Order: sequence, then structure tokens, then C-alpha cells
Amino acid sequence: MSTRDKVIAIVAEQALLAPSDVTLTSTLDDLGIDSMGLVECIFAIEEEFDISIPFNANTPDESDFDISNVAAIIAGIDKLVSQKT
Amino acid sequence: MKRVVITGAGTINALGHSVAATFAAMREGHCGIGPLEFRDVERLAIRIGGQVHGFEAEGRFNRQQMSLYDRFTQFTLIAAKEAIAQSGLEFHGELSAKSGVVLGTAGGGVSTWDDNYRSVYEDGKNRVHPFVVPKLMNNAAASHVSMEFNLKGPSFTVSTACASSNHAMAQAFQMVRSGMSAAMVTGGSESMLCFGGVKAWEGLRVMSKEACRPFSANRNGMVQGEGAGIFVFEDYDHARARGAEILCEVLGFAMSSDASDIVMPSKQGAARAIAGALKDGGINPEQVGYINAHGTGTVANDKTECAAVADVFGPHADRLMISSTKSMHGHLIGGTGAVELLACIMALKDGVIAPTISYEEPDPECALDVVPNTARDARVEVALSNAFAFGGLNAVLALGRV
Repeated sequence: MSTRDKVIAIVAEQALLAPSDVTLTSTLDDLGIDSMGLVECIFAIEEEFDISIPFNANTPDESDFDISNVAAIIAGIDKLVSQKT
Repeated sequence: MKRVVITGAGTINALGHSVAATFAAMREGHCGIGPLEFRDVERLAIRIGGQVHGFEAEGRFNRQQMSLYDRFTQFTLIAAKEAIAQSGLEFHGELSAKSGVVLGTAGGGVSTWDDNYRSVYEDGKNRVHPFVVPKLMNNAAASHVSMEFNLKGPSFTVSTACASSNHAMAQAFQMVRSGMSAAMVTGGSESMLCFGGVKAWEGLRVMSKEACRPFSANRNGMVQGEGAGIFVFEDYDHARARGAEILCEVLGFAMSSDASDIVMPSKQGAARAIAGALKDGGINPEQVGYINAHGTGTVANDKTECAAVADVFGPHADRLMISSTKSMHGHLIGGTGAVELLACIMALKDGVIAPTISYEEPDPECALDVVPNTARDARVEVALSNAFAFGGLNAVLALGRV
């Protein structure tokens, strides 16, 4: 499974949607994922990719990790995975 | 002051998944204690308990709820649903704004602590699920009940070890009696039957490996249980006005502290709580027909409790019945007073006294009518429910037939 498919599967599960309903331009808002759903998504992504995402729920907009849409999340993960030694 | 009645009851415990099933089991003197089943049980010296079996959370709660509900919260919600459904109350408007949830638990989300400590210490993981804190906190169950049933009044959780539920119900009683709330949801729950939970208790060396035999000369300790008991306490006039079925009346309560020892019980502290509950309810000692004992099955508790009852009641102590249903459902720790209140309701409403089972040999230090092994039919006007906690914190409730 590609990063893209894995992320879509995680996000879809959290949003209680079919993966086909999640697109690269979907935002978490569009998908009905609230702040608690977001931290669960981040947890699931960290588990799946064995990475640590710099994300503080107090200041989600100031985070280095871009969560503006699904494509941004995938790009952020790819960057963190490539930085793993 | 308002009169306070109970208009709803719900439970899940080792004897049954409802009040009706629990009453039937108590009438039959059924034992809900058996071999414990959970991970690493073979590393325990104590391997029996009053575990809730045949309960699958997966079918009852959705995935999001499962990530937030520890087992003690799951038990609480199941019991609350039964109690509130029986009461027939729906909470909106003024009733919703004034009605709250006061619950007791000693440990809260013990299995959530246990699972996640195992994960980070034993399995070496460096990350836990985001909802570990809201899942394990002691007030989680009270909060979820408030959300599920739209209870927007005073809500909190009381933690006084084995007296938690009685202390909680005493608070709810006060709120309804004072006119502060027309109805309150109250009771308690506990779920510490997991490796770490039982291992901690094992350390105290007060647990039995065979059975809980309260008041029996050959008793050798307590046996843990799990589950929840939840009630709707309601203003009598409010309940009458809407034609609700009344299970019994809550007449009074008292609380006391031994101020002496962190684990050893005190006859004086227990007696002060029992006598205080009678005084608070305006009850003559001769009116009391049944006492649901704290009756843990430890050497120290049972003889101290019997001595306290003898002190308070004098010659009437030999005429009343006193039983410990922990012999059947185990000791639910912070939830125990709530499940045991059911035995008082059964005595008052149905005229059936739950027995002390597994009783084998009379003990001269517990020479009261402990209703050994077989339930008994009797008309009871007033029943007491005792709870005497570690830390010397005592709470006794007095209930009356309506």
C-alpha cells in the first residue's frame, strides 16, 4: 500500500466513510473530523509509519506539520519518513 | 425537607446483567464467584473473583465510544440505561438543568492504566492512544452518563475506597432531600479485575483463594467482584405526581471517620455511622428488620461489624437479619454499596432476604442471624446498607418500605 492509500484508509476510518469518498483535496473539516478525531488520526499515522509528528493540539495552525488537506498530510508524512535514519 | 424515593434501578454484576437477573440469583443463593479469566492470570496467587461474563462491549458501543469507555464506564452506562428507563424520566428543561450524576468508584479506569503501562513498560512502546486520560479518569463514567442522558446539574465522582458508592448516594440523597434537585442519578461502579488490579490486592494478604465466607468461622478473606449499580433518587412528591413506580424510600444516612488506622476497622466508627443513620432517618432501632452488611469475609471486618451492630441495637440485634451478599457477587470495592443496595430493595419491596452463602461454621464473634446459605421470606419495614472503607471512612444508608 502506498502512503496515499494508507492515509486515506486511516482518515476514512476516522470519518466513518468509504475510502473512495476521501480525495486528495478533502479537508478534515469536509470529512467531519473534529479535534478529537484529528488527534486519533495523528496517533494512527504515527503508529502506521513509525514516525513522530510534531503536532500540538493547542496550536494546530502553528504546527510544522501541514494538515490543511489529505495531500498535505501525505506530503508531510513522506518528508518525515525520508528523514528517518 | 423533601421525602426521597428510588424510582429506578439498574445493574450489571457477576450475578446478572439486570436487576431482575440479580434478584433471581440472590433469591437462589447463586454464587457468581469463579475462576478469573484475563491475560497473565497464571502469574497471580489469587485466581478467583466475581467477574462479569457473557458481556461483549463490541456489540453495544461503537468504535468511537469504545476508544473512550473503560470497562467501568461501560458497566455504568449499561446500569444507568436500565435505571433511567425504569424511572420513566426524560431529562429536559428545568429537570435537566437541576439533575446530575453522583457516582462512586475507587479505581476508575484501572484496566486502562494497566493496559497502557503494560504497553509502555513491558512492550517498550513509546506512544499511547490519545484518549488514555479521558478514558481512565475517575469521573469518566459520571461524565458519560451526564452526556448520554442530558443531565446538566451537579455531577461528580466520590472516591472513598469501599464506601465510595454509599458516600456518593448520600450526596445525591442530600441534594434531593434539600430540594436542590428533583431527581439525581447515583450509585457506582468498579472494574479492577485485571492483572495489575488483582496483583495490587494480593499484596495486602487479605484475599481468599477459595471463597468469600462472611461471618463463617472458617472465613479466610475477601474476593473481588466487578460491575455497577445505578439508581434514580427522586423527590417523593415529584414521583407521585407523575405516577412513577416507587421501589423504596431513602430515609436517612450517616457518615463517620474512624480517625485511627488506614486499614483496620473500628467498632466505634462503624457504630457511630449506623446509629447516625437511624437518628438521621428518625428510625427506632426496633424498626430495622434487615442489614446488608459490609461483610467482606475478612476476620477483622466481620467481627468488628457484628460488635458494632450489637452495640447499636442491643437485644434487637438478635432479632434482625444481617447478610453479606459479597459471598455471591464478590466485593465490588467502590461499586459495592450500589450493588448491595439492591438486596435492601429486594427485602423491602419483595419481602425476600438475600442469604450469606458459602457459610459453613458459626463464629461466636459473629453470633447474629446472618441468613446462612438460603434466602428467606420476611416483611421488612426498614433496611440498612453498611459500607466501611479502608482509611476508616464509613457510610450507612437507611431505606424504608413504601
